[in-house]
Amino acid sequence: MRHILSCFMVAAVLTVAAPAFAVQPDEVLPDPALEARARAISSGLRCLVCQNQSIDDSDAPLARDLRILVRDRLKAGDSDDEIIDFVVARYGEFVLLKPRFEPHTLLLWLATPAVGIAAIAILVLAARRRKNQTNQAVPLSESEKRRLKKLLGKA
Amino acid sequence: MIAETGHYALILALGVAILQTVLPLWGTRTRDFELMGIAAPAAQMQFLLIALAFGALMTAYVTSDFSLANVWQNSAASKPLLYKISGVWGNHEGSMVLWVLILALFGAAVASFGSNLPAELRANVLAVQGSIGVAFLLFIITTSNPFVRLDPAPLDGNGLNPVLQDPALAFHPPFLYAGYVGFSMAFSFAVAALIDGRIDVAWARWVRPWTLAAWMCLTLGIAMGSWWAYYELGWGGFWFWDPVENASFMPWLAGTALLHSALVMEKRDALKVWTLLLAIITFSLSLMGTFLVRSGVLTSVHAFAVDPARGAFILGIMGVFIGGALALFAWRAPLLKQGGIFAPISREGALVLNNLLLTTACAAVFVGTLYPLLLESLTGEKISVGAPFFNLTFAPLIVPLLIVLPFGPMLAWKRGDALAAAQRLAAAAAIALLIAVVCLAAMQRGPWLAPFGIGLGVWLIAGALTEIATRVKLFEVGVTEVWRRLQSLPRSAFGTMLAHGGLGMCVIGIVATTAWREEQILALKPGETADIAGYHLTFDGVAPRQGPNYRERVGLFSIMRNGAAVASLEPSKREFTVERNATTEAGIHVSWRGDLYVVLGDALKDGAYSVRIYFNPLVRFIWLGAVVMFIGGAVSLSDRRLRVGAPKRALARAVAAKAAG
Repeated sequence: MRHILSCFMVAAVLTVAAPAFAVQPDEVLPDPALEARARAISSGLRCLVCQNQSIDDSDAPLARDLRILVRDRLKAGDSDDEIIDFVVARYGEFVLLKPRFEPHTLLLWLATPAVGIAAIAILVLAARRRKNQTNQAVPLSESEKRRLKKLLGKA
Repeated sequence: MIAETGHYALILALGVAILQTVLPLWGTRTRDFELMGIAAPAAQMQFLLIALAFGALMTAYVTSDFSLANVWQNSAASKPLLYKISGVWGNHEGSMVLWVLILALFGAAVASFGSNLPAELRANVLAVQGSIGVAFLLFIITTSNPFVRLDPAPLDGNGLNPVLQDPALAFHPPFLYAGYVGFSMAFSFAVAALIDGRIDVAWARWVRPWTLAAWMCLTLGIAMGSWWAYYELGWGGFWFWDPVENASFMPWLAGTALLHSALVMEKRDALKVWTLLLAIITFSLSLMGTFLVRSGVLTSVHAFAVDPARGAFILGIMGVFIGGALALFAWRAPLLKQGGIFAPISREGALVLNNLLLTTACAAVFVGTLYPLLLESLTGEKISVGAPFFNLTFAPLIVPLLIVLPFGPMLAWKRGDALAAAQRLAAAAAIALLIAVVCLAAMQRGPWLAPFGIGLGVWLIAGALTEIATRVKLFEVGVTEVWRRLQSLPRSAFGTMLAHGGLGMCVIGIVATTAWREEQILALKPGETADIAGYHLTFDGVAPRQGPNYRERVGLFSIMRNGAAVASLEPSKREFTVERNATTEAGIHVSWRGDLYVVLGDALKDGAYSVRIYFNPLVRFIWLGAVVMFIGGAVSLSDRRLRVGAPKRALARAVAAKAAG
């Protein structure tokens, strides 16, 4: 939260210079379908001067510029993917809040399923080992049998 | 003078903590009971000394002693008293003192109430607890001393960050820390058991109350933070998957798993090794949370260099404690005897599944939080991991957990009957499904999966109630018999019901507000109106106002519903005079249907103001659910069997009664 906070502070300081406020009334597109697409795209793009905040939520002037850019491309008839590619080409993959599945993010995407599978495997193995242990009851030796008899006899 | 006393007390506390670590450990090795006996008074002494230091710092804040650099940086004479007090932990140095204060408090509690613990275990636990104290006291004294003086003393301070000047955030850190640090108890018990090479049912009975108390505090602390973000940050979000949030969420997930696995260990003497490991992991994640937040590593990997001494020091502490504990675990855990065999379909089996899903979910959060840091420090490549990633990886693990959750308490220990459990839960499932269908029918717009989310929440609540209903044989026996059974149920049963039901409430709140939130972004002139979710808002203009340490511009809105006036909201923009910073205060009208949330923006050209209006349906259920979970924990904690030392006293009473009779 500290980051949203610090971002907020930065934004608040910037506010003095340029009035800004997440999505502004003048940014909203008249076509509701287009506007909905704009909102969906911008909630997946990171505000570059903030920490972990999407441009849809951000107060920063740069976020406003990006929001307007996204809407301009939409009006020009670009597809969602084209717009995202365009923004990534300009600002790098850092702007994507959902990293792409690529060699350098392989571990990021696969680590969780790997942990899950490993945990299940360990559980299954442990259960099997325990089953074997309980099944492999070693029969008593002759001397042990005699001793048991003696003990039982006494009791 | 007071500040110097505080500083001196901190140094003395370090000395006491060193004795508390070394002497009892030596005592358990040589079986010297006198040396072991030093642990308890040392722990109490350490707590008193740290409390003295904390009190000194607080006095400096309350009296606005700006000759202390820490007070000067983080307080101002004009600040309200509450925020002078909360200012103590609203900064790095002070919050670390609070950290060790809570750590010592837990140690002193074990020292004071742990007289029925085996002497070796108590000595070892307090020694381990003492060693954590040593590390953090050293950290404070060498890198983060709050008692540094300024000469000459400035006339007024810089003030506290205005966004922190808020009641919820005043108490958010103490609860969060009580949670983080409370898990140190489980850690110390785990390490003590490993040193001892012995662990039994009594161990779990001892660890569970501490873990539960820590978990409760963490639950409330996280909820407070989320609530604060909701109303203070001005766009009505409640969870952002921000790294700092994740840092507190990971210990919560692991701690929740620990609570459940300790239950298996206490009742069935099974999962011992795993419970130990989980206790170590949970506190390690708490340490990591402290490290991530305190080192500045999160802002950027490069921010680490801003104060390398602090970051490196905490990293060192983490390395020693996590590495040491895990090494000890690898060495000693194989010696521990495994007990309690159970079938896959049983209460134990259900709790294992709970642990599997919770820890994997925790791993998802872990990877998502740390991967970008790791990648940047190794390759210099910068990527962002945000909400979309966590929604994709976390949700598929938590949804199955929630679906199977009500089955757990319905299954018998050792070998359960899944079919019988399903039959008993049929009514709960029917209610959940019915409500999901009703939602679906009443919906005018997507997302079409949301009704099932609501159904899931209802399923959790109904399932929790079903468990109690089954145990009192509701509808099977007469009313008086049900009443009698209800009274004889252990409190922990109600605790379970409340905790699981509270989780259901959270789920409903999260799903409803995420799926059906309404939003309007408008440019309004005074006199203009807006309509949202059945409310009719009139914007009456903007008025200036003066607060204790800020100036604000207040937007005046009158709210009508069905032709009747229901509220007037006054969202504002505050300018803090000393700090020269601004905050946004939302105007919120609360009802059971949901919150009407109004935020005032900036003045536009033609006398209009930009205004954002939201309707967040059922959003209160999120925090209400967390509070219910907290209460569930408290009810469970008050259970006689869990109460520290209670079994012994109850036994003594029973014996006395028998002798008298």
